[in-house]
Amino acid sequence: MSLSRQHEMHKRRFSRNLGLGIVLAAFVALVFGLTVVKVSNEDFAIPTAEEAS
Amino acid sequence: MSDASLNTTDTTIGEAGFGDYFALLKPRVMTLVVFTAFIGLMAAPGGVHPVVGFAAILFIAVGGGASGALNMWWDADIDAVMKRTAKRPIPAGKVTGDEAFAFGMALSGFSVVMLALATNFLAAGLLAFTIFFYVVIYTMWLKRWTPQNIVIGGAAGAFPPIIGWAAATGSVSVEAILMFALIFMWTPPHFWALALFTRTDYDQANVPMLTVTHGRRATRVHILAYTVLLAALAVGLGFTSVGGPVYLAVALYLNARFLKGAVDIWRRDEPAAEADKYLAERKFFKASLLYLFAHFGAIGIEAMLMPFGLGGW
Repeated sequence: MSLSRQHEMHKRRFSRNLGLGIVLAAFVALVFGLTVVKVSNEDFAIPTAEEAS
Repeated sequence: MSDASLNTTDTTIGEAGFGDYFALLKPRVMTLVVFTAFIGLMAAPGGVHPVVGFAAILFIAVGGGASGALNMWWDADIDAVMKRTAKRPIPAGKVTGDEAFAFGMALSGFSVVMLALATNFLAAGLLAFTIFFYVVIYTMWLKRWTPQNIVIGGAAGAFPPIIGWAAATGSVSVEAILMFALIFMWTPPHFWALALFTRTDYDQANVPMLTVTHGRRATRVHILAYTVLLAALAVGLGFTSVGGPVYLAVALYLNARFLKGAVDIWRRDEPAAEADKYLAERKFFKASLLYLFAHFGAIGIEAMLMPFGLGGW
């Protein structure tokens, strides 16, 4: 009985890797979007040197 | 090691697919969390930027899913004996208990921190408390100890609209608490109706369901009592700032139907229920799903009509 090159286990591993990749990419996009919204808010101000110290 | 052992088609532990991890998040429960949190956020005065609103709902959903994974980790022994839950990833042997624990803990921390960064600390604190309440108070403590498990545990599922409201406003109001109360009062009759027609499952798993500890007659009485209180609360919510004519019409119609269903269940005895295979109980359970979605849907419609000067009172 020979080992098949593409075992069912490989399919599951690929689905996990692909899924995680998509989730991470979506997370990066979401954090980028959130950042843009937060810094474009009227209340947002970059701390001055006095405030930072 | 023989070739045969390498060629088995059994699921190998540690090689679960993406879908198995997703199943740990209890996606069906998550739909309720997403929907009610969204309505809480939408009905709140002021409003938030759509991106912030989307992020808030997403992190609330992830937090809810994380608590589901932790629940499955703790309850794997119960899940294995109940027909309804035997195919969940841990009892099915697709994911190990330790993996589910790590997955749930990591996502819990992640969702709370991200919700705090995206919205505010009150919303994040409420999400953290919800996860704690569901996992520690309900799953670890009450579920196996008291027949009131469903009543108090239902509070965990009732939090999402408050978290949504808090995410939008940074505070909690009477309306948010009433939305919480609506889900809180709805949960017991919903689950007890289910327990009436899935009796053997809970018996075998030794979960102290009301049907097991106090008998089926008492469960029928409890369903009616909670439904009466629920109806008063649901109609009362219609007179607050999140209610309006649309909500009130929906609430009056659905509560009249729901009350009738509860009375039908109360009037029946076991031989009658067994004769028609728990038809009234099944109908009531099905109606309870529509009940909650329609009430929150109506609150959403009122909120959507607001900008046109139509919704609300």
